[in-house]
Order: sequence, then structure tokens, then C-alpha cells
Amino acid sequence: MSDLTQLTLEAALAGLKSKDFSSVEITKAHIEACEKGAKLNAFITTDYDNALKSAEASDARLAKGEGGNLEGAPLGMKDLFCTENVRTTAGSKILGDFKPQYESTISAQMKSDGMVMLGKLNLDEFAMGSANETSHFGSVINPWKAEDGIDLVPGGSSGGSATAVAANMCLGATATDTGGSIRQPASFTGTTGIKPTYGRCSRWGVVAFASSLDQAGPITRTVKDAAIMLQSMAGYDVKDSTSLNVAVPDFAAACDNGVKGLRIGIPKEYTMDGMPAEIETLWQQGIKWLQDAGAEIVNVSLPHTKYALPAYYIVAPAEASSNLARYDGMRYGNRVDGENLYDTYERSRAEGFGEEVRRRIMIGTYVLSAGYYDAYYLQAQKVRTRIAEDFNAAWEKCDALLTPTCPSAAFAVGRKIDDPVTMYLNDIFTVTANLAGLPAMSVPVSLDKDGLPLGLQIIGRALDEETVFAASAALEKAANFTAKPKKWWA
Amino acid sequence: MFTAERVADKKDWLTGNDGEWEVIIGLEIHAQVASKSKLFSGAATEYGAEPNTQVSLVDAAMPGMLPVVNEFCIEQAVRTGLGINAKINLFSRFDRKNYFYPDLPQGYQISQFEFPIVGEGEIEIEPEGSEAVMVGIERLHLEQDAGKSIHDLSPNETYVDLNRSGVCLMEIVSKPDMRTPEEASAYVEKIRSIVRALGTCNGDMEKGNLRADVNVSVRRPGGPLGTRCELKNINSMRFIRQAINYEARRQIDIVEAGGEVDQETRLFDNAKGETRTMRSKEDAHDYRYFPDPDLLPTKITQEYVDAIKATLPELPDARRARFVEEYGIPVYDAGILTADKAKGDFYERLVKGHDAKIAANWMMGDLFGALNKKSIDLDDSPVNSDALGGLLDLIADKTISGKIAKGVFEKMFAGEGSADEIVERDGLKQVTDMGAIEKMVQDVIDANADQAAKVADNPRLIGFFVGQVMKASQGKANPQAVNEILKKKLGL
Repeated sequence: MSDLTQLTLEAALAGLKSKDFSSVEITKAHIEACEKGAKLNAFITTDYDNALKSAEASDARLAKGEGGNLEGAPLGMKDLFCTENVRTTAGSKILGDFKPQYESTISAQMKSDGMVMLGKLNLDEFAMGSANETSHFGSVINPWKAEDGIDLVPGGSSGGSATAVAANMCLGATATDTGGSIRQPASFTGTTGIKPTYGRCSRWGVVAFASSLDQAGPITRTVKDAAIMLQSMAGYDVKDSTSLNVAVPDFAAACDNGVKGLRIGIPKEYTMDGMPAEIETLWQQGIKWLQDAGAEIVNVSLPHTKYALPAYYIVAPAEASSNLARYDGMRYGNRVDGENLYDTYERSRAEGFGEEVRRRIMIGTYVLSAGYYDAYYLQAQKVRTRIAEDFNAAWEKCDALLTPTCPSAAFAVGRKIDDPVTMYLNDIFTVTANLAGLPAMSVPVSLDKDGLPLGLQIIGRALDEETVFAASAALEKAANFTAKPKKWWA
Repeated sequence: MFTAERVADKKDWLTGNDGEWEVIIGLEIHAQVASKSKLFSGAATEYGAEPNTQVSLVDAAMPGMLPVVNEFCIEQAVRTGLGINAKINLFSRFDRKNYFYPDLPQGYQISQFEFPIVGEGEIEIEPEGSEAVMVGIERLHLEQDAGKSIHDLSPNETYVDLNRSGVCLMEIVSKPDMRTPEEASAYVEKIRSIVRALGTCNGDMEKGNLRADVNVSVRRPGGPLGTRCELKNINSMRFIRQAINYEARRQIDIVEAGGEVDQETRLFDNAKGETRTMRSKEDAHDYRYFPDPDLLPTKITQEYVDAIKATLPELPDARRARFVEEYGIPVYDAGILTADKAKGDFYERLVKGHDAKIAANWMMGDLFGALNKKSIDLDDSPVNSDALGGLLDLIADKTISGKIAKGVFEKMFAGEGSADEIVERDGLKQVTDMGAIEKMVQDVIDANADQAAKVADNPRLIGFFVGQVMKASQGKANPQAVNEILKKKLGL
């Protein structure tokens, strides 16, 4: 039998359905790949026993001709999703051995659709980071390497998800994106990732980073795979007041819609000083591909783009500083007893949170403080409104936007960790979609001069994932990106 | 933000060593919404449950949990807003108030800071012994209650009960429009009667579902406002008055001694009748309010408000006016009988087919007296309106006297049966047989011949004879008949 870990999710589901192989077989193949890939540190917690039990149950359903949208497919779960009786860490020490008594809406939907969950994937602590270097459980290593052989970061915060998918350790993985945490790691690892419209997926049971920006989505190896996974993840949830009560379209079908007649906008502001020339070149190539596929190219302007990153780094830490207040050592997770109540709070939080999380809590606390609220938080919210208006103006002229996903390819582990501002610049092309709540997808299209993958980003109108999938699929088809990392870890 | 235009009546001024002062009072009332479930979770709110048995994952702030607003609570806030003649805001928003404390699991309280659901309003209060006063309402907003920290179960540990965590409160903020302790307690009483009539809050201060924080400052009559202190932990009308009296004197003493009042939060110690510093201004938290990103702004329509308005019950003021008009009872009686819905409803059932004033007297006297003594709610009264009506019937048709009726009532209250049953059982029917009464009268006169001889000189002695006859009849003789026969026989 050929290597079952090389399949796309789409092909694996088809194979399972036609009983070419069983869920137990494909699950075992992936468990083996996970074990061989341990040095990539993609998983925080593996759950192979339960995975095999799920696989058996899936096989029983498949044998009866039953089964859901993901029946029998071994997938990974970012460790930000609460999973019943399976340790959930958010990449932090402060949660200790926390085992939720509940299942997040998204993982529950995926389970009821037949997912086989291999385990919980590593991430930046509380999803704060762009290199997966802030995890209490250690950095995740990118399966891709340049000629020099130096370990590279997989991007963040969904670095475990991206690495696991790129290294064929699972058929697809859940991820979350607050400022680019799905798309940037996808770009760094040659994988595909979509952050859907804010409110498309329920946040219930997903450990919160910045509530108004957080949105879950999949990281997969193809655009179609992302559509299949998102189909199971999306949907209205009465338990999340910000989830949208709208019908979920057929995302997989939308992948075949093509771009003929679509107007693709090219925002002139999506460029940055010091950005490698090849990213600019790649962008031009993307434009040509879409044009050749029948799209109309339109130049647009999103004039407030330059304010997006600063606004993001006010709004996100502000919300985080409040969202993370519940980790106080009182009810669950790590507690370090002190001399009195406040000493206990301080010790528990100082020891439980890593440096980046502490930095953002402090930034967030500062920008919400009396006397600074108007100058920072309120101002940032105004910028947010302007950015949304920019997009609305653009939608008058076009149906989707094409931009680079990131200003660089993957970089070496440790290179930027001591320079937060440089690290934050990773998000420069991705945060705008979060601030405006728009769906956006990164598609791998090419390798750079060092042999590292690069992605392009499609941004769509709110709730118009269908166009995003159509344009991304067209891009994927034209780029025909088939490169794979050398399997140095196994 | 606040101005205080009204100057207190001279009679209400406080005299210091150095001239006159007036007290400026504003109140923040926390009224627990009478909702079976919490503001943002489905957990129950029942009073008196075992600790930590009414706590959802949301209330305990487990990771990834999200609040979903309980629409019933929104409706109750709108109802209450309409009941206090206030502006209903069609746009309101929940904000987070951030601070750390073990009984606040989220590390923030969800409240409404910038955009409350109810804006300015106004109610009329009737402080005892003074004229009616209008008190302005600044706002009403919804917020979550915190849990309860219990410090006295262990010398070194604090226990936390999260049953109350997330329970919905309405915070009703008055303008600083009150000038005497009596006005302050009359205001609380009025708010209490309104929310009870509306059914939006049970108003039980002992169970803590209506609590008041009092802001007190003093100034020279009509002069510039002084620095205010906020008094917390006051759970009865009497303590409200006591705390204000104490605090006003304390502030006057400070200012007259050349000092300055510190703006601070003070705790009322009801055992000592004093207030003491709880939190100084320096310790004040920076709450870092910001809009709760887990919740969308609350947008309601005028149609929704109008629909609620159409279902509002008659409020205490209107009902009181109607009682005076319709039943002809005194304003004072009407005020007591409309103080809450249960009383008004009881009275209206009782008054049917009975004398309005007698019905009122029986309720306010014997019934309320007996209930108070046993601390029983009117709703749980062992004598309901039909039973009391049965007793009034026996008085009205002269089966028993009013005096005998009091004894019958006590037995009814003790659960011994209906008025008819008790009167029958104890043989309490009034003796109206003139022959029998005449015989009793003659027996008493015969037995007291010397006194009878003095009656002509001292007509007041007749009272002695009435008493003797009633005693002989065990109270059952018709007193009027006894009187008439005595007068005739004694030649008066």
C-alpha cells in the first residue's frame, strides 16, 4: 500500500468511503509519522489510544455506509481548543494539567462528523507569537530547511498545526487566527490556511486571546481540503453571541467556481521597506496567474493599511489583558502560594505566564488605563473603523484582493525572539483581515531563492468565503506547487 | 456631573458648633432581577442553595467560556425603567470592569458603563412627616453580581461561594436629591415598592436582593457641595437612616475642626452604628472599563419598549390614589396597603362585600401585627383574604362582636379553623336574646344592690355594671343591648 500520509484529506476521505483502506490503517500510519516526527515538537499532547478507538468506531460506521463529513480522517487539534478530558494547555504553564469537562463547539462538531483526533498541537503561548517560540512546551521546528540546514520557525501561533500538516503527520489541523496565526504559518510551511469571516466559527470552548479578532479555521495541504474541514468547523452557535446566524454554503463546491469575470483588487499599500524583491515578483506572478485564469485585475487603495499593525497591537493586548485575568491560580491550573492574596496572584501569574504573554498583558493594561484609554484604545478602534471602510470602498471595485501573505519566508529559530517589533511585523499583511473581520486565505505558490515556501493571500468580502475559495483554488491550480520538505526528521 | 439645587427645609438643617449644615444624599440601589437564571448563563439563582451548586462553566470562568445575555433580564430592566419614568435607551452596551478578587472568577465584572439601558428618570417620594419630594434618577444599568467570600470559616483561608456569581443586578443610581435620612429611606421604600409591583425584583433586603450604597456629603445650606463618602453594607431602612446620621455628624465635626473630608468608601458597622474607612481614594481601582468583546451591543426597538409598556401593572402611586378614590379610605391607609403588590391584591380581594375601612383596619392591625410577630410573608399568611373575609362577615351580621373577633382571629392564625368553625366550636355567638340579657342584668343588679343605689349620683358607675354583665355572659352579650337594658333598669 502506498504511504497513506501522503494523501490529501479529500483523497483520504474518498479512500475511506470506498474502503480502499480503513480508518485504523490510516490512523496508524499517521501515528507512526507523528512518532517519527517527534523532534519537530508539533504536539503538546498526543492521544493515540483514543484516536485508535475513534478510528475503529469510524470503520464500523463506514462499514455500514454511514459516517460524517470527516469520517475516519486523522486530524490534529490546536491546543487552544478545549477537549473533554484531554489536557488543554494553550501552550502555557499556567493551565497546568487542566483537563476540561467540556468540548469546544468546533471540536465537538468535528467529532460528530467522524474526526479521528491524534492529539493537541503546539502553539505560541495563548496564541501570542509569530514563530511558535513562546510556547511553554518548546519551539516547534519547521520541516522546511534552507541549504544551510539551520532550524527554522514554522511561524505562529499555529506553528504546531502548520508543521504537522506540512510534515504529513496529520491530514489537516485546526488552527486559530487573531492577527495572522493561520495564514503566516501556512505561508512558512507550504500549507494552505483560511481564516474565515469573524463569526463564521464558534469561539465557544476556544481559549480566548483577543475576542473581537480570534477566529478559528483549518490548515491543510490543499484548498479543497481546507474547504472540507471548514465545512465541519463552521456554523452558528447560540453559545457564542458573536457567531453569525447564517447558512453555511458548500465551500468545496465553491472551489470549482473559477475566477472568470471576477474582479481581483491589488492594494498598492501591501508592500514594505526591506521586503525581499522576490515577494514582489511573486505577487506579480500571482496577478498574472489570476488574469490568465480569466479574472479582471483592478488597482485599489486601502489607505489606512499602515495604521493596522499599531492598532492591532493595541486592541489585541487590551482584550488579552482582560481575557487572561481568569488565570489567577484560584480555581484551576497552576498556583504559587504567596504571603497573601495579592502575592499569590503575582507569583502565580509571574511564574505561570511566559515573557511575551506578560508583555502583552502589560501593554493591554496600559492602553486601557485611566488617562490612556482615549489616546490608545479608542484611537485604535477608530482606526479599525477606517480600515473596514477602506475595504468597503474596495469592494465597490473588486470581489477579492490578492496580496502577499507575509513580508518574508521562514526565518531561523531564535533570530527575532528578542526583538518584538521585528517579530510583530510578520503580521503586517494579515492583521487587516482580522481588524475588519474578513475571510482570508494563504495559498502556497512558490519557493524562494533559499528553497523555502512562500504564500499569497486572498482576502474576500465578509461571509464570501466562496469567492475566497474560488480564487485560492485558481491560484493553487496555476501555481501547481508540489514541492515537499526533505524528510530530514524521520 | 452632579448638581444639587434644592436646599433642605430649615427644620432639617443640622446644627454644628459653628452654624447650620444640610446633608446631601444620593443612593445606588442594587436590585437583583427576579430571574430564574443568571444574566449570562443558565445557572439557577435560587436563594439559600448549598454553596457552589448553582455555578455554570461560564460563572466559574472556565477557559473558552462565553457569556450569552439573558433576554428576560433585559426586559426586566426596561420594565423597571418604565416604572421609574425613565428614558429607555434603545442602544446599550456591556462593558468589562476589571479587577482581581477570588469571588470574581473572570477577573472582570460585566456591567454597563458608558451606555446604560436606562437613562434619566424621576420618582416622587413621601418621607414620613414631610411633604412629597421629587427624586431624580441618573441611570439604571445591568451588571453581574460577584460571588461571596467567606472569611470566618477558617482562620487562614477564605472560602468562596460562586452561587451568586453572575446573578443579574439592576443598579439604580439616584441624583443627589435627598436631604434627610428619612427621605433616603423613603426613596428606597419607594423603589422597593415599584420593583415589587412590577415583579422585576423581590425586594427582600434581608436576603440581599435589594441593597443600597449611600453617598453622603454635607454643605452649608445652599452652599457649594462638600466631599462625599460612599457608605456600603447597609441592609435595612433603619440602618440607612442611622448610617446617614452618623456620617453627617462625622463630616460636620471634621469640617468644623478645620479638617477636610476624604473622599472614600466607608463600611457601615451596624453593631456599633458607625461608619469606618473601607477604601481610600488612593486605593481606588483603575477598573479599565472597555466594551466586552464577547457581547454585541444591546439594540432594542421602540416597538419592543411599547409592548412592555402595555403590560405594565398599576404602580403603587396610581393604586394608592385609586384606593382613596374608590374605597374612601385615608391616604395613609392606602399608602400602606399599596406598598407592595401582595398587600394591594389582598386588600382588593378582602374589600369585596366588606366595609372598606374595617377591612383596612383588620389588615393593618391584627393581620400585619401577627405576620410581623412571626416574620411571615403576607403570601404565606395562614389567614388568607377569604378566611379574613369570613370573620368580617360574622362581625357585620352581629354574630360576634369586634372584641370577640380578635380572639377568633388569633385562633384562625394559629390554624384552628375558619371563623365559623371556631365561633361554633367555642360557643362564641353573641347573645341577642333580650330575655336572657335582661335576666343577666337583673342578676348583676341584685348582686350589687349598694352600687346600684349610687348610680343616680354617679352615672359613670354604669361602666361597672356593663363590665359585670359582659363578664357574666363571657363576652357574648350584645353590648348595645346590655347598655340599653341597664339604663332602663337603673333609671338613667
